[in-house]
Amino acid sequence: MGNKQTIFTDEQLDAYQCFFYCRLHGRYHELAPHLVPMDYTNDPECKLPLALIVNMPELKENPFRNRIVESFSEDGMGNLSFNEFVDMFSVLSEMAPRELKAIYAFKIYDFNVDNYLCKEDLEKTLNKLTKEELTPEEVELVCEKSIEEADLDGDNKLSFADFENMITRAPDFLSTFHIRI
Amino acid sequence: MEAGLESPVDEEGVHDSFNQLIAEQSQNGGLDALELQELQRELDEEGRDNVAYLSSPGHDYGRRQERWEAEREDDGRQTDSLAGERWSSATLKILSSMPSRTIGRSRGAIISQYYNRTMQLRRRRQSRPSIRDFSRSARPSIRGYGMEGDTTDSEGAEKREHLVNNLQNLSVSDRVRMLRGMPLSVAEKSELRYMQSWYSWLSFIHSLQLWQVALKRVSGRFGTGVLSYFLFLKTLLFFNLFLFLVTGAFLVLPQAVHPPLFSQGRPSFSGLELLTGAGYFSDSVMYYGYYSNYTLRKSCRVDTGGQNMSISNGTGMDCPSKRHSYNMPMAYFFTIGVSFFITGIILVYSMSKSFGQSFRIDKSHSILAMKVFCSWDFKVLKKSSVKLMSENICTQLKELLAEVNHKHVKNTVCQKLWRLTVHGIAWTICIASTTGCVIGIYYFSEHMHQVRQDEEASMLALPVVVSVINLLLPGLFNAAAWMEDYDSPSVRTYVAIGRNLMLKVSVLGVLCYHWLGRVAADPCWEDFVGQELYRFLIMDFIFTLLDTLFGEFLWRLFSEKGLKRRRRPVFDIARNVLDLIYGQTLAWLGVLFTPLLPAVQILKLLLLFYIKKGSVMMNCQAPRKPYRVSQMTTIFITLLCIPSFIGASVCVTYTMWSITPSSSCGPFRQLKTMFQAGKRWVEELEKDNPSLSMLARAHAYLVENPFFLFVGAGIFLIVIYFHSQVVDGQRKIISLLQEQIENEGEDKKFLITRLQSIHEQKRTPTRRLTKESVKP
Repeated sequence: MGNKQTIFTDEQLDAYQCFFYCRLHGRYHELAPHLVPMDYTNDPECKLPLALIVNMPELKENPFRNRIVESFSEDGMGNLSFNEFVDMFSVLSEMAPRELKAIYAFKIYDFNVDNYLCKEDLEKTLNKLTKEELTPEEVELVCEKSIEEADLDGDNKLSFADFENMITRAPDFLSTFHIRI
Repeated sequence: MEAGLESPVDEEGVHDSFNQLIAEQSQNGGLDALELQELQRELDEEGRDNVAYLSSPGHDYGRRQERWEAEREDDGRQTDSLAGERWSSATLKILSSMPSRTIGRSRGAIISQYYNRTMQLRRRRQSRPSIRDFSRSARPSIRGYGMEGDTTDSEGAEKREHLVNNLQNLSVSDRVRMLRGMPLSVAEKSELRYMQSWYSWLSFIHSLQLWQVALKRVSGRFGTGVLSYFLFLKTLLFFNLFLFLVTGAFLVLPQAVHPPLFSQGRPSFSGLELLTGAGYFSDSVMYYGYYSNYTLRKSCRVDTGGQNMSISNGTGMDCPSKRHSYNMPMAYFFTIGVSFFITGIILVYSMSKSFGQSFRIDKSHSILAMKVFCSWDFKVLKKSSVKLMSENICTQLKELLAEVNHKHVKNTVCQKLWRLTVHGIAWTICIASTTGCVIGIYYFSEHMHQVRQDEEASMLALPVVVSVINLLLPGLFNAAAWMEDYDSPSVRTYVAIGRNLMLKVSVLGVLCYHWLGRVAADPCWEDFVGQELYRFLIMDFIFTLLDTLFGEFLWRLFSEKGLKRRRRPVFDIARNVLDLIYGQTLAWLGVLFTPLLPAVQILKLLLLFYIKKGSVMMNCQAPRKPYRVSQMTTIFITLLCIPSFIGASVCVTYTMWSITPSSSCGPFRQLKTMFQAGKRWVEELEKDNPSLSMLARAHAYLVENPFFLFVGAGIFLIVIYFHSQVVDGQRKIISLLQEQIENEGEDKKFLITRLQSIHEQKRTPTRRLTKESVKP
């Protein structure tokens, strides 16, 4: 829990929530000790930039780290307030339900933010997954086959409904889409 | 345009359309009126509408809009006729009012409305951000996910849950105000309050996390597969903790406080007790023989003259109070029975939960897509492990591509025969070695039983032999599997598990026969069996340590220094989990005879955790083969439930039901079977309160009559059959629905293009007219 004094209102403090709240806040604070306030009684606004957050050990080696942080930021540029920081680790925890994880997984893999997983999105995903070890023909083939398998309404790209339908059939999704903090 | 409103990801757009539509529907009610008005306005205007602007009552859409425009200009290919058109406002209106976009005016809508309001209230008040990473909601439910669609009853329940979670995040006064203000019935409000308190309790329990840092380090380096072994260990620890608390509180504590009236002197402590369980431990609260067979009373003096008292005679003693009495045999019988029953229920529940998570009705067609999106393990943190994972995924994708693209090469008859022969030989080797070892154990145990010496150390011979067999034979099975050379790694894992299981089940079976068949004729045999189980548990632990030392540590040293290879040994998850299950079976078998055995098992598991963790971090590398975590976890918990727990409980039930307890020690001496203790108690109850005679009759009829058991089993089987038929039906419905989705999509395209073409036709004549009218 640390030995720093953080000041919350009485309403905000709760017996058992405090532990996790303080722990997550501790992590948030240590990213930028001079920027993050300790006193929340006046509800200060504070956002940490993308570059600081992706340096966390939990995200540093993840090829999707930029997309993860961007998906949870309101402005889409990756600047997270503390609320959004907590949101991010809540969705990625083991307690988040499958539907919620599917929504955010869709956001993460949607590189061009058009609410569809088109071929370019899949190509980028594959390249990040395999660190560009696959040949371009193989990448092309994989993307085509994946879209063919998962696309239900025949528009050659995956909408959220297609993605969710496919992901609910994957038993490993819940265990892999999980970060321990 | 459709992109904006189709996905629940775009929450703001959904909210706005929802509000608007409810307002509109409550005001006019007519869709046609709106459309006609729009058409009229259209005809007057003449301008081309800016589709992107009309699509969503603009909100933070700037970036997306620009991108979309740019994409449309670049994207020459029009794969879909719907995507590229510029729709008129009439068409847009119709599209936005389609049933898939509107929310019905049901209870769900009311709850959703209040959901909105609580969100606004929270934003205004800026009440505390909630950490719901340990409850079902998880915070982004606040942002309105799952808000759209027609609400059925189940969705209504989900919305209620979201509302509950939202309410939890408000302060108490706000919460009370909101609840009071909602137009729901009193019953629903009390249900909401109940759900709130349940979630609070759950989150408190979850906050007591054990070994969190250690597990994170393991998963950071090795991924979810190796982590599942440690999580399984943690689960077993909790089972044993529960057993220990129950037996400790109801058996060990009362007996320790009231030592038996007549006990022999104990030999002094020498270190060998820790291994053999005899000697200093032999006549202690650890074993069955120490427990009294009479009712313990608080203020009785040593005046009873011997141990041979019957339990029903409780009044012929000069004890002042009857209140502080504790019927030991009854307590023993019921404690063991109830703890087994509760453990069974918890096991079946967790098994069904795990099965539900990993079993999917529809056999997957989208293997490649699932591989792309679900194979990256987000828990892995270390750079070298991440690199390894990338390589693994690359290899697996290549293999999958090859599989999907090319037809499976047909083997010739000759090759098939050869493969069959190889498989046959491998299975023969495995079965023959297992049978040989089992027969060996059978005769060796008989020999040891007949030649029982007073030397303590010789009692360790049988456990050592069994542990050596358990250590070496799986190696032989691995060698046979290597010879067989399976194509699919999952089949290989299943075969390995199957062979290992066969070995352990046979070994335990022959040991149970030895104990319950041969040894049960001796005087005070329960003590001896308890000591044997203790010895087996300790030996199992020692040999696991030795295996870790030689198999992992020394092998790594040898392979790095001797063979000069970079490859470290791989942690064999399946084998280690099966060893854990074997140890737990021994513990469950032994609880009846050694009430303190769960405590020994707890110590063993604690030590094992740290040793295995240290060894894995130092000596092993991440697995190279793909490992389906959720499937394997389900298999392991099923194995824990069905052969392990059911086998142990069958043995214990058989012991209680049919075997004569020894007449010189233990709480059930002088009885024909242990089960009679329960019967006697019921008879006593009936004697004291004649009104409870129905209970006695019910007891006699239900429990002792085997007919009832058959009927129960039959009903159970019928229920299982019904459920399997339901699953079959659901499979068929899923495929039908998928076809329907495709057809509906085609219909939609057709109708929209028709609408647009009609609209175009209507516009061109008017334009010509106005142009002509302008000309002088």
